[in-house]
Amino acid sequence: MTTPAIELVGIDKRFGSVHANKDVSLSIAPGSIHGIIGENGAGKSTLMSILFGFYQADKGEIRVRGTPVKIKSSTDAISHGIGMVHQHFMLVDTFTVLENVILGAEGGRLIGPALAKARKDLTHLAEEYELDVDPDAIVGELAVGLQQRVEILKALYKGADVLILDEPTGVLTPAEADHLFRILSTLRSQGKTVILITHKLREIMAITDQVSVMRRGEVVANFATKDTNVGELAEAMVGRSVLLRVEKTPSNPGEVVLEVKNLTWRDKKNVPRVDNVSLTVRKGEIVGIAGVSGNGQSELLDVITGIAKATSGQIIFEGEDVTALNDPRILRERGMAHVPEDRHHRGLITSFSAAESAILGWQHNPAVGKSFHLDQKAVIEQTRRQMQEFDVRPADPFLKSAKFSGGNQQKIILAREIGSNPDLLIVGQPTRGVDIGAIEFIHRRLIQLRDQGKAILLVSVELDEIRSLSDRILVMFAGRIMGERAADVDEREVGLLMAGVQEAA
Amino acid sequence: MSQRGELPAWVDIGLIPLLNLAVAFLVAGLVVLIIGENPFTSIWILLSTPLSSLGGWFNILYYATDFTFTGLCVAVAFHAGLFNIGGEGQAYVAGLGAATPGLLLGGILGAVLPHGISQPITLLVCLICSFAIGAFYGWFPGYLQAKRGSHIVITTIMLNYIASSLMVYMINMVFRPVGKMAVESRGIDDAYIMSAREIGRAVGVKIPASPINPTVFLALITAYLVWYLLWRTKLGYEIRAVGANTEAAIYAGIKPAKIIMTAMAISGGLAGLVAFHEVLGAQHRLVLDYVQGAGFVGIAVALMGRSHPIGIILAALLFGLLYQGGTDLSFANQNINRDMVVVIQGLVILFMGALEQTFRPYLGMIFTKVA
Amino acid sequence: MDLSILPEILSSTIRMSVPLILACIAGLWSERSGIVDIGLEGKMLASAFIAAAVSSLTGSAWIGLLAAIVVSICFSLVHGYASINQRGNQVISGLGLNFIAAGLTVVIGHSWFKQGGRTPQLEGAARFQSIDFPGREALFSMDGIGPYARILLDHSILTYVAIAVVPLSAWVLSRTRFGLRLRAVGENPQAVDTAGISVARLRYQAVIIAGVLCGIAGAYLSTALQTSFVRDMTGGRGYLALTALIFANWRAWPALFACLLFGFLQAIANFMQGAQLLGIDIPVQVFNSLPYVMTIILLAVFVGKSTPPKASGLPYTKDR
Repeated sequence: MTTPAIELVGIDKRFGSVHANKDVSLSIAPGSIHGIIGENGAGKSTLMSILFGFYQADKGEIRVRGTPVKIKSSTDAISHGIGMVHQHFMLVDTFTVLENVILGAEGGRLIGPALAKARKDLTHLAEEYELDVDPDAIVGELAVGLQQRVEILKALYKGADVLILDEPTGVLTPAEADHLFRILSTLRSQGKTVILITHKLREIMAITDQVSVMRRGEVVANFATKDTNVGELAEAMVGRSVLLRVEKTPSNPGEVVLEVKNLTWRDKKNVPRVDNVSLTVRKGEIVGIAGVSGNGQSELLDVITGIAKATSGQIIFEGEDVTALNDPRILRERGMAHVPEDRHHRGLITSFSAAESAILGWQHNPAVGKSFHLDQKAVIEQTRRQMQEFDVRPADPFLKSAKFSGGNQQKIILAREIGSNPDLLIVGQPTRGVDIGAIEFIHRRLIQLRDQGKAILLVSVELDEIRSLSDRILVMFAGRIMGERAADVDEREVGLLMAGVQEAA
Repeated sequence: MSQRGELPAWVDIGLIPLLNLAVAFLVAGLVVLIIGENPFTSIWILLSTPLSSLGGWFNILYYATDFTFTGLCVAVAFHAGLFNIGGEGQAYVAGLGAATPGLLLGGILGAVLPHGISQPITLLVCLICSFAIGAFYGWFPGYLQAKRGSHIVITTIMLNYIASSLMVYMINMVFRPVGKMAVESRGIDDAYIMSAREIGRAVGVKIPASPINPTVFLALITAYLVWYLLWRTKLGYEIRAVGANTEAAIYAGIKPAKIIMTAMAISGGLAGLVAFHEVLGAQHRLVLDYVQGAGFVGIAVALMGRSHPIGIILAALLFGLLYQGGTDLSFANQNINRDMVVVIQGLVILFMGALEQTFRPYLGMIFTKVA
Repeated sequence: MDLSILPEILSSTIRMSVPLILACIAGLWSERSGIVDIGLEGKMLASAFIAAAVSSLTGSAWIGLLAAIVVSICFSLVHGYASINQRGNQVISGLGLNFIAAGLTVVIGHSWFKQGGRTPQLEGAARFQSIDFPGREALFSMDGIGPYARILLDHSILTYVAIAVVPLSAWVLSRTRFGLRLRAVGENPQAVDTAGISVARLRYQAVIIAGVLCGIAGAYLSTALQTSFVRDMTGGRGYLALTALIFANWRAWPALFACLLFGFLQAIANFMQGAQLLGIDIPVQVFNSLPYVMTIILLAVFVGKSTPPKASGLPYTKDR
């Protein structure tokens, strides 16, 4: 057996109470492409950050080509031939490709010679690995796929033998992704070692030699790619965990409350993050959108709730076309409530008291004060009531929002949005960072809302939650709805859709 | 940013500002030492002389009136996440609003109505106009920031200089009566706020000489109104939301551009009240540069008072003490110029605004040990 | 208005532009590294005072210049410490330092010279005079060419230093390793950090350079352009320089032209006393306030399209 290029032995890392890596051991063979797959929060990125020197492990050892090494910073990692292509590029947008490549490896006071050398090396690398990029192009103007190539070139220029790629295809089009795989293949044939972190099964099957599956901080399986299949991987990824099944009667959907037709939203680089999405939500039903985060769910919710402006398509809420409205306040007045995915940046104002956060978005509601006045007593009363009803602890309206635990913050937000008696409730990641007891409570409350005849659109990366709460499940991937399934659908099937595997025609 | 051990509220609100003030005095003391004077006696004179006479107390209140207005001005903008450095210019330009109704309207009303009624009405109009013009001069940079992205710090500073040029021209060419040598308007007798001394004389009580006048009560009322605005109205809520977390504000259906412009207008209007106080209550005429740097003191006051009306009143009193003390010190010791107070002001701004975190780790350690 | 005063206006333009150019390039260095510097005004003011004071005491303008640079660097280091180590609010830090400078210059000046904040008039070697060269008098008194020769040749050495700073800065920023890294740290400090380069060190170097340039700017004001220090003599130049920087989109050569424009506006204000436009008397205040009005117009029109360094004003924290 040849010496592994990289060996991780017993890596353990905690962040406060979060056990990100639990005694992780991995062996990466040289000249291979090794995939690490897992859902969000499985611990893959933490592990690679340790390998690249951003964090130090609490316990464990790293071995490069059989020798134990100490990696205390990225400079150390680079000196051991480890290079990283980050998910969010470490590029200077205003620099040319050449300038970005030589940053940190200028080799002298004047950059003229370094630029010349880099130019030669880049031509050489381009030939060898199919990494064609115009050396004089301004990085900020390049397509994302090309920017990624610059990141790869940077690593190779600094002498990387081991290349870590963290979710590289998240921002690429399928064509760009294919080109990337060709590049990785060439790198492998030239003796380089590639570690590919991803949640996409298609990529694993397409390009890797070995795959390790991580779940909740541990390595749960190791396969030789040719010996496994997507189904087996999906199962290992998602796991057969105990489902928090809430007791619920079958739904009785009534009239359509929300209709989304061919909705598209393009970002600043004109990439469609929401791609031709159509869906309906009826009274008395919970529609769940499943999918790994970053596939357009957040953007979809932003457009529906009026925070972002649709590029094309229609949003019809209670019979009225609200696509051009762009006004969350009016939507709230008409009966659309919104529990945002990011409670810290959106859902609450952490420096405000709980009572003040409890009226965020509803400050113009007459219940809270007549005309321009804010009735402090009414606000405190209402907040106290909501806190009691939703079992928020401590039930202190005057306490700063930041001082509440994640679960209680979420309950404050839920109480606020549900308390407005909406016709449609849009919920994003309702139980992220929330303790078990609160999760149960929140789930029961949502079912209750449904039974009262309200419509709920739910987005969650927790598949268990989606399956437990939804009456219908839509799966989103790369901005598109991959398919619709009933609530009792097989996990595997959903897992496949989530990972971008097209359903058989 | 995570802290080792949370600091109790009283430390945050009370101790840290006092610590910062103490460091400011320490540095100031060093400066006094460098110019060859005794820091201890100097600081003692600075702090104690104003407090040792009734006239001194009154002067403190007089200064504090203006500083309260400008402190509130800066604070309202801070709550919206903006730096209004233009309080000086806003207060200056508002002088047009304070003087013009007094000069034009006052006479007309005075001829038609009995004196006891025409004066208050004229004063009220002057008050509204001062606020309005200050509000406009504050709204404008707010508009530029919200709609054009122009950095409000630079635009407000530029507007200060423009205000200066504008007012020099206006006072000299428009308000100065023909034949008068001094560059000022005629006395504004139809909108006259009596000083405490004059009121005292009218009722037979002897009060030391001081420009202090009933506008000080207006300052208190205004502080209450600002508190009410920020914490008991929907507009105030939205202003604070935009300043605290613009993303959450957008989520809440608030339009940041509108709020920025409104907050700046209110801010400018508050500075405008300085004009009302000075032009009608202290100078009784429109003179050059009656603002005398109060707009800038407002920045220090707002920072020290943590943008809360109660803190602002206290900080305004403190700076009133410093300004009066500075004058007293410069009389007592010819060698120390009045501008010593500007140095302290700058140090307070520097420490309260930028070096705020300097003491926290040490205090955190002390408090976790004690806890 | 007859055209014969044109060469004088142009000469004056260059003289008025010098402190702006120096302050603007100082701001350029600072902001390109990601540190916003509102304190250019205060540094210039403090430098102007120290240069005039020390020149007066020692009789040498050069020693005054040196002292000014030292003082300016001290201010820069305080601002740097507040911005880099303490991650404080950079605008407030600059503002506070401006007030400190405004107060200190008068207090110390009054104490040393007893003139209410002024410094004594400077003469001879205590000033930066126009450079003397053989044939100078003859050239300047020549008909026709004389006034035009003065535009380019009748300046002190600091003027030429200021102008030279522009191509020098442009060259260092674009051709050297230091310049590359500094530009990178203002756009994406994380990219620099992951490349193993110290973000803090680069930023401190930038603010020190800014300090040096502001020191020269201030010294020029009180020992070359004028002959003493008077309170608040910078008169907003630091802020004009910042505007010129924004107008120039944070590039060295456009900054030079922007500063010349502002210098021109300041120059004509001096010549426009009692001027007439279409038969109407224009008050001198209009000309006095032209640079400031121009600033606002520029900011309203150009800022939206400007591209500041991406990391400008944002404290850098390593936490992920």
